[in-house]
Amino acid sequence: MTPLEEVTAALRATLGADRVVTDRQELRTYECDGLAHHRVVPGLVVLPRDARECALTVRACARAGVPFVARGSGTGLSGGALPHAEGVLVVTSKMRDIVELAPRDERAVVEPGVINLHVTKAAAAHGYYYAPDPSSQQICSIGGNVAENSGGAHCLKYGFTANHVLGAQIVTPDGDLVELGGRAPDTPGYDLLGAFVGSEGTLGIATRVTVRLTRLPESVRTLLAAFPTTDEAGAATSAIIAAGVVPAAIEMMDALAIEAAEAAVACGYPRGAGAVLIVELDGPAAEVAAQFAQVTAMCEENGAFELRIAGDEAERALFWKGRKSAFAAVGRISPDYIVQDGVIPRTALPEVLRRIGEVSRAHGVRVANVFHAGDGNLHPLVLFDAATDGETDRAETVSGAIIDLCIEYGGSITGEHGVGTDKAKYMPRMFTGDDLETMHLLRCAFDPAGLANPGKVFPTPRLCGEVPRRHAATDPPAAAEIF
Amino acid sequence: MRRRTAGSDDHVAGVPARYVAAPASTGEAAEVLGAAAADELAVVIRGGGTKLEWGLPPRRLDLIVDTHRLTGVVEHAAGDLITVVRAGTALAALDFGPQRLALESPLPGATVGGALAANTSGPRRLLHGTARDLVIGMTVVRPDGTVTRSGGKVVKNVAGYDLGKLFTGAYGTLGLITECAFRLHPVAPAGAVVLREADGPEVGPLLAAIRAEQVVPSAVELDRPGPGPATIAVLLEGTAEGVRERAARLEKVLGGTTGDLPPWWGAYPWAPGGTGVKLTAALSRVPELLAAAPEVPVRGSAGAGVLYAAPTGDVPRTVELLRAAAVRAGGHAVVLTAPPEVRDAVDMWGPVPGLDLMRRVKDRFDPGHRFAPGRFVGGI
Repeated sequence: MTPLEEVTAALRATLGADRVVTDRQELRTYECDGLAHHRVVPGLVVLPRDARECALTVRACARAGVPFVARGSGTGLSGGALPHAEGVLVVTSKMRDIVELAPRDERAVVEPGVINLHVTKAAAAHGYYYAPDPSSQQICSIGGNVAENSGGAHCLKYGFTANHVLGAQIVTPDGDLVELGGRAPDTPGYDLLGAFVGSEGTLGIATRVTVRLTRLPESVRTLLAAFPTTDEAGAATSAIIAAGVVPAAIEMMDALAIEAAEAAVACGYPRGAGAVLIVELDGPAAEVAAQFAQVTAMCEENGAFELRIAGDEAERALFWKGRKSAFAAVGRISPDYIVQDGVIPRTALPEVLRRIGEVSRAHGVRVANVFHAGDGNLHPLVLFDAATDGETDRAETVSGAIIDLCIEYGGSITGEHGVGTDKAKYMPRMFTGDDLETMHLLRCAFDPAGLANPGKVFPTPRLCGEVPRRHAATDPPAAAEIF
Repeated sequence: MRRRTAGSDDHVAGVPARYVAAPASTGEAAEVLGAAAADELAVVIRGGGTKLEWGLPPRRLDLIVDTHRLTGVVEHAAGDLITVVRAGTALAALDFGPQRLALESPLPGATVGGALAANTSGPRRLLHGTARDLVIGMTVVRPDGTVTRSGGKVVKNVAGYDLGKLFTGAYGTLGLITECAFRLHPVAPAGAVVLREADGPEVGPLLAAIRAEQVVPSAVELDRPGPGPATIAVLLEGTAEGVRERAARLEKVLGGTTGDLPPWWGAYPWAPGGTGVKLTAALSRVPELLAAAPEVPVRGSAGAGVLYAAPTGDVPRTVELLRAAAVRAGGHAVVLTAPPEVRDAVDMWGPVPGLDLMRRVKDRFDPGHRFAPGRFVGGI
């Protein structure tokens, strides 16, 4: 028997055949996540029903030396859940219980397969919501959010998943269940939870997550402002931040992104706009009213030619519809596209956009820009037609050049989509060999055998080696020898 | 760099050092730690020296690495709301004009690096989070002298492991923090404090009432100086109009009054040399921490589930009571600092989940167990 066959037999016996998928056709449905041009059919799919089954699965893998990859809803955009051909794909979609809703403690305890938006829906009746809101929030899972440290439009004010996860039960790569963090803040010891969130499945699998619930804001006001070009929209953004206003969100779309959104969802944005900003303020009504007047004035002062204020929830939803559907909408104006995710210091926005324009023209590849302008998180959409000779390569070149720009301006190769399979190759451009080796020390502490989601995050396979033997204290040297 | 033979003041919780080195840059720090590694020296990092009596004494100590020359603001990008600061800089010395680093130290003289290493927090943690939420990048010299960076200078960044969180609260057991990037927050144009005196049974309902109102306080602090009533102080910050309206609403809901920041605001309740205990609980169960030892002075960020207690008298017995209550309430009781006789008699850290994984992390980062040996949880 191969190691994978051993695991398959063991899990059939311990968990039951209904937890295990071996049919080739069925396995194929798991061959990719949201990064669809990377495909690998998993060796085996396991669908555990609870933490115990998840731990048994991982333990079986550990015993046989078989790699495992965790997958939530499969919406990730960096290939973090790309399966391993000789490995096990642990799918958490059957672990969908909201275990506990404790609004009095402003906490909820959920299983990893629970859908992001379902937490908010469950909490809303109590006057609370779950703040991190990736665009995929209607289908993405909390476990996936934890793995990727997912952000969203509102993380400008409210932070990312890492700021909203207070505790997690995890399965370590040995197959042990361990509690990290908890319901109360500041658990003593190393902040392993902080390191685990965003580790992209390379340190284990979260089987139960304690999240912070946030009190619903008393007032939400949303503004759509149309500008002649992205320069004016960028200047308005800078003015808002400089005035000390922290909106819940500031989103920008350029002309090409607007064109795509109109084609797809007819969001009815102002005609002739070279850029639109969506600015959302939330909080106590009196604060929002005062700041909204400021923001409106700053948009006008910086050249907005049309301002629309959402009069009700339906209108607000329409503003957001264009933005939230932008990625998919690009499919209407281009047969193929790459969703890029990079970060720059917000103040460099106008300059970087100009440089992206130059790169785009130089290669004859169109780039639509959608981004979280408030925090400098760019999502350039690189458009191409794979059927045309050489276009795919040119698009890849442009996409890579954008990442280089992000690094050049002191930003990051990923703001929220993660490194995964897609960006491991860029890691050495952002970090030194020593930086990566240090990250790898943490990985080795959790997973010395390297079985948890191998091939992700780190650019080259690394071995852990034994922990060096501890030295006994020897006779102390004289002071002169030390330095 | 400067180095010298240790003097009589160069000890950590009573354990004398033999040498002191004061590097003035990350590069110099790497040289010092590389040399210390070659000679297998036991190392403790010292910043402002305000928390050297915290934790347990080091099992052994050769070298104190002092950060007092590792100071200054490297960068303040106001338009990007970020700063990069060297670790030896005093928190109180940071001035970002219309912006602030929302990392407040209860101890005057504390440095950035010390506040991170011990993971201290102040009242504004309720709105802005703790060090782990504010640090966006970190430069660390590992025990073997390797310089390593994680994170970056932009707030939104998920490239690689977020090691800044691992080094935060690690008590200097994994390396020397030399430089940190932080996110900043704008200083609000107006503020108000709503105060309410409360007897024990009132505290829970009042804290719940504050949470239920949509007034978004920056801080909800509580002080109970001893047997008798406590004072709850709520800090509201924002625009002048907004703060006025929110304060008026909260006054009404709580039956409180608007006043000034009380003198106890943001300070620990214990005197230097006394015993200080950090208590945490699930938010709704904070009152149980108060009830566990009604005679003990308690103060802290009640709205965030964190209180600090200053037990006197039969301290080990009180710690036991407080710990039992904290654990029942979903939290922990950590004795942050205590005089030697108490330190020897109590379990300073209490139960810590995940200790095995923590030891494995320590083994990888500091295989010789030379950095602050024995000062941290589980003898790490």
